[in-house]
Amino acid sequence: MGNLFKIATRNLFRYKRRTVLTSSLVAIGVIFVLVFVGVSGSFKNMMVGQMTDSMLGHIQVHRKGYIASIDNLPLTMNMKPQAVKKLEKIFKEIPEIESYSPRIKFGGMFSSFTETTNIRLNGVYPEMEMKTLPLLASRITNGGKEIKKGGIVIPELLSRGMKINVGDTIVVIATNKDGSVNGKQLRVSGIIESVTGPGGRDGYVHIEDAVEILRMDEMEISEIAIRLKDFGKLNAVYNTLNTMLSGEVNKERKPAFEVHTWEGLSPFYNIARMIDLMSIFIKVMLIAIVLISVMNVMIMAVYERIREIGTIAAIGTMPGKILSMFVVEGFLLGIMGAIAGNVFGTGIVYILRALKITFDFGRQTGLVLSPYVTLQDIVMISLIVIVVAILGSLQPAFKASRMEPIKALRHV
Amino acid sequence: MGLVVAEQIQKDYQIGEVALRALSGVSFEIEPASFVSFVGPSGSGKTTLLNLIGCLDKPTEGTLTVAGTDVASLDRKQSAAFRGANIGFIFQDFNLIPVLTVYENIEYPLLMVQNIPPVKREERVMKLLDAVGMADQENKYPDQISGGQKQRVAVARALVTNPKLVLADEPTANLDSKTAYMVIELMKKMRDEFKTTFIFSTHDQKIVGEAEIIYTLEDGEIAGRQNRGGNGNG
Repeated sequence: MGNLFKIATRNLFRYKRRTVLTSSLVAIGVIFVLVFVGVSGSFKNMMVGQMTDSMLGHIQVHRKGYIASIDNLPLTMNMKPQAVKKLEKIFKEIPEIESYSPRIKFGGMFSSFTETTNIRLNGVYPEMEMKTLPLLASRITNGGKEIKKGGIVIPELLSRGMKINVGDTIVVIATNKDGSVNGKQLRVSGIIESVTGPGGRDGYVHIEDAVEILRMDEMEISEIAIRLKDFGKLNAVYNTLNTMLSGEVNKERKPAFEVHTWEGLSPFYNIARMIDLMSIFIKVMLIAIVLISVMNVMIMAVYERIREIGTIAAIGTMPGKILSMFVVEGFLLGIMGAIAGNVFGTGIVYILRALKITFDFGRQTGLVLSPYVTLQDIVMISLIVIVVAILGSLQPAFKASRMEPIKALRHV
Repeated sequence: MGLVVAEQIQKDYQIGEVALRALSGVSFEIEPASFVSFVGPSGSGKTTLLNLIGCLDKPTEGTLTVAGTDVASLDRKQSAAFRGANIGFIFQDFNLIPVLTVYENIEYPLLMVQNIPPVKREERVMKLLDAVGMADQENKYPDQISGGQKQRVAVARALVTNPKLVLADEPTANLDSKTAYMVIELMKKMRDEFKTTFIFSTHDQKIVGEAEIIYTLEDGEIAGRQNRGGNGNG
């Protein structure tokens, strides 16, 4: 085998310029893929992280039917304390769950006494919410990072539009599930920046204030957001939760709860899928580049060496070995391109990372691009290049191995 | 029984719509360790006959036995294996592999065809390098040596596997007369040393005289046989 590699290497460097050009073409393809995968992956993960760590959590549990009418924030679809207790018991049995945060979501009127508008609010236990959404505190740009009783954290758009600042007093008025209206005076304790996605422009109050505003006799929870210890186990935990909750039924003997991962709750999931799809297209382009360039070089190599092929076939080289000689040449071309591409591609990705390029997405500005490539990306891209290079050399190699020595020896 | 036995060989080629008979009713027998030449003008069928003996082609009619094997019955892979084990080739244009050194060119059949272990391989290559007087050139590449030296390397490559038979198609055509004579002498010396049968084709009258048995081909038929003291039977 070593001799095949030795002969193949020498044959490749017989035409140095051509070999270098072909390897460079393959390397450029690899660089493009690595940079795209690095940048798009970073963007995707950052956006997913922003959404899950500052709004949605990794998984949410609702009363069955809540998500279908989530735009109305229906108070009639909230979960009773007994149901919440059952859920909390189940969460504690799942070791992969790091934390959870019950929320009361409701819509209401927001008045600065001179102006009134509508607002969507989350009533939360501050500690549980901050633990479940570790980036939430960083979104609170003005005022304290805590959500205190009697305080309200309002969206920056509202703050800017109504010229309300931290420390100002406002009134929240809401209708409870029985239809009666109640209001409560709160002090603005913080301004929260908007992010793209559902709930990205919601305000926050303490859950006990929400209970008071909605005049709840007992605390009824709209949703429970869950944070996992390992995001990679999202689907596994989702399945476990679904299985464990499948036995929980309501009076009509229908499922009592519904479980959703962030993917089912955020439209960004479709953008994430588009990014994945684009990565696939970029990889397909890489495959085309490698296939065409390697095949082209190997066809030329076979054509230029017909007499040599005739000679080695005449002296008894088996067709399989002749095939191997040319396949190894293609393999080496792929290896050279993959190594050069990975080295330069990884270098470019880390230079981009060091440059700390910022970009805006939706209402979010100044997001810092932190592209990265994983060992898995490098291995996967290298494998694609090498396998495609081998495939690209197969047809010319097969042609060489099938050559009649007598015809090949006559070739001029 | 002879090393090469041909009985009523016929070889036809179809070139477009034209059928061409290259050999017709050719019969002969060549004994082991012979030094045989096929002579004749261009188009007389010398190369065709050598190709048939070398299992590079198959006769249209007749039987051809080489080292006891009916070569017409071999398939593609069997032919390659048979050539690798029994036949050495010397080509008019030397046909050395340009990316391999002199040493590696001679080593090639042992390495890529016969899978001989390294120690034995080195021993045989060095023996042949010495025999053809190229030991001091072993690290040179084909484009760094002369035509005569290339043909000496080709002779060594043909003999390194200890074949029963070496076929040389116009081995001196690209050499000056002095070098050509030296190459033929080398082949003869190798025959004496290794007891290998040499069959070569030529149309060079000065070289022809070096063969022990001379078959004259004309229009695809054997027109004559001369025995100059060798051990072949016609």
